[in-house]
Amino acid sequence: MNFLALAWNILPKLMEGAVITIQLTIIAIIIGIIIGIPTALGRVYGNKVVYTVCSFFVEIIRGTPLLTQLFILYFGLPSVGIMLSPFTAAMFGLGINSAAYQAEYFRGAIQSIKKEQLIAAYSIGMNQMQTIRHIVLPQMFRLVIPSWSNELIYLLKYSSMAYMIQAPEIMSQGRLIASRNFRTFEVFIIVALIYLVLVSILSKILDIMENKFRIPGL
Amino acid sequence: MPNVILRAENIYKKYGNLEVLKGISFRVNQGETTVIIGPSGTGKSTLLTCINQLTPPDKGHIWLEDTEITHPDTDINLIRSSIGMVFQHFNLFTHLSVLDNVRIGLLVVKKIPMSEATKISMEKLNDVGLGDKVNAYPAELSGGQQQRVSIARALAMKPKLILFDEPTSALDPELIGEVLNVMTKLAESGMTMVVVSHEMGFARAVANDIIFMENGVIVEEGKPDKMFIQSENPRTKEFLHKITELYGGKKE
Repeated sequence: MNFLALAWNILPKLMEGAVITIQLTIIAIIIGIIIGIPTALGRVYGNKVVYTVCSFFVEIIRGTPLLTQLFILYFGLPSVGIMLSPFTAAMFGLGINSAAYQAEYFRGAIQSIKKEQLIAAYSIGMNQMQTIRHIVLPQMFRLVIPSWSNELIYLLKYSSMAYMIQAPEIMSQGRLIASRNFRTFEVFIIVALIYLVLVSILSKILDIMENKFRIPGL
Repeated sequence: MPNVILRAENIYKKYGNLEVLKGISFRVNQGETTVIIGPSGTGKSTLLTCINQLTPPDKGHIWLEDTEITHPDTDINLIRSSIGMVFQHFNLFTHLSVLDNVRIGLLVVKKIPMSEATKISMEKLNDVGLGDKVNAYPAELSGGQQQRVSIARALAMKPKLILFDEPTSALDPELIGEVLNVMTKLAESGMTMVVVSHEMGFARAVANDIIFMENGVIVEEGKPDKMFIQSENPRTKEFLHKITELYGGKKE
C-alpha cells in the first residue's frame, strides 16, 4: 500500500481524533478566558488578598508541567472520589493551564493601556467598573490577539498530551492505528500534517481577526 | 456679589516627604477664567487634580457651589461628571472614534439615550470645528484636533467648570492657535475655566484673574493688568519677564 492509499484509509479515523482535538482546544481556550480575565483583573486591580490568590494560582499552574496536572486530574482525583472521563479531565486540565498563561497575557495587555486614558475616564465621572468595562477590556482584547494566537497554537499542539490520559484525540487515534498496521512512520507523518493544517488555519483566522479589530491610525 | 462656583481653602498635598501644595486658597466666580501660572514643579497640575480628587488633597476643603467635594460622603463620580478636565496629552480613548470619545460619558455616566447623546456630541464637535471628523480615530488626528476633541468631550457633559492642565504644552507651535481660539471662544461664551498654562498672550487677553504659584504657595493673585504691568512682587516680575521672552506673549 503506497503512502496516499494508506493516508486515504486511515484519514477518517484520524479526522475523528481531529474533531476531539479541536473540541478540546476550543473548550480549553474558553475556560482559559473565563478564568484568565478575572485573574488578570485581580492581579492588576485587586486588593492584597485578591492579588495574592490570583498570583498564587498563576504561579502554581505555570510552575508545574501540564502532564502532571493532567495526571492529577485523571488519575489523582478518583482517590478523593471524583471520577472524570478522559475528555472532561483533558478539557479542564488544558483549560486551567491555559487560564494561567492567558491571565499573564491579559495582564500585560491591561498594563500596556496608557494610564492617561483611565484618568480621563475617571475625570468624566466613570467609576472603576465602568472604566474597566468600556475603556480597559475593549482595548485589552485587541492588544492580546497576537499573544493569543500563540496560546491557541500551543494549546492545539499540547492537547496531544491528552493522549496520555486516553482522551481519543488525534495522537491516540494515530497510536491505535500504528499499533495495528505497524506503519508508525507514515501514520505519524500524516498526524503531523493534520496538526500543521489545523495550526495554519488557526493562525490565518487570528490574522484576519487582528486586522479586523485594528484601531485605525494605530 | 458674583456667584462663586469653586472655592478652595487651605489645600495641602505631600508626595512622600515632598510638600507640593502648602496651603492654597482661592475662589473662582461663575463665568470667569482663572489662569494659574508659575515655574514647573510648583504644584499647579497637582492643584488641578486636587479639585476633581484625582489626587485627593491631604488637608483642606474644596467646594463646588454648595457641595463640599472633599467631604467623605460626597459622590465623587457625580462631582467629576460636572467638572470637565482637559489634559496636556489629550488623553483620548484610542479605541473609540471621535464621536464615541465625546459620547461615551453621556451614555455611560449620564445614561442619556443614544439619539440624544449623539445630538449633543455632534453639536459640541461642531462647536470646536470638528464636525467633519466624527468618524476618525484619535491616532488619525493632529495634536490640535485631538485636543479640540478632548475639549468637546468635556463640554458634552455640561460641566459647571472646566479644568485645563497645560492644554497647549504638548502641541507643535503651529497648532497652538486653533486650541487657544476654541478656549477663548469658550471663555467668551461664559464658561467657567481654571487654566494652567504658559500662554501669556492667552492669560493676558482672556483671564479675569491670574494666580502666580511658586513652591506650593500662591505668591500673587490679581487681574491681568495688575499682574503684568504693576506687579510689586519681584518673583512675579522676574517670572513674567522670562516667560514672556520665551513664549513671545503680548509685548508692552
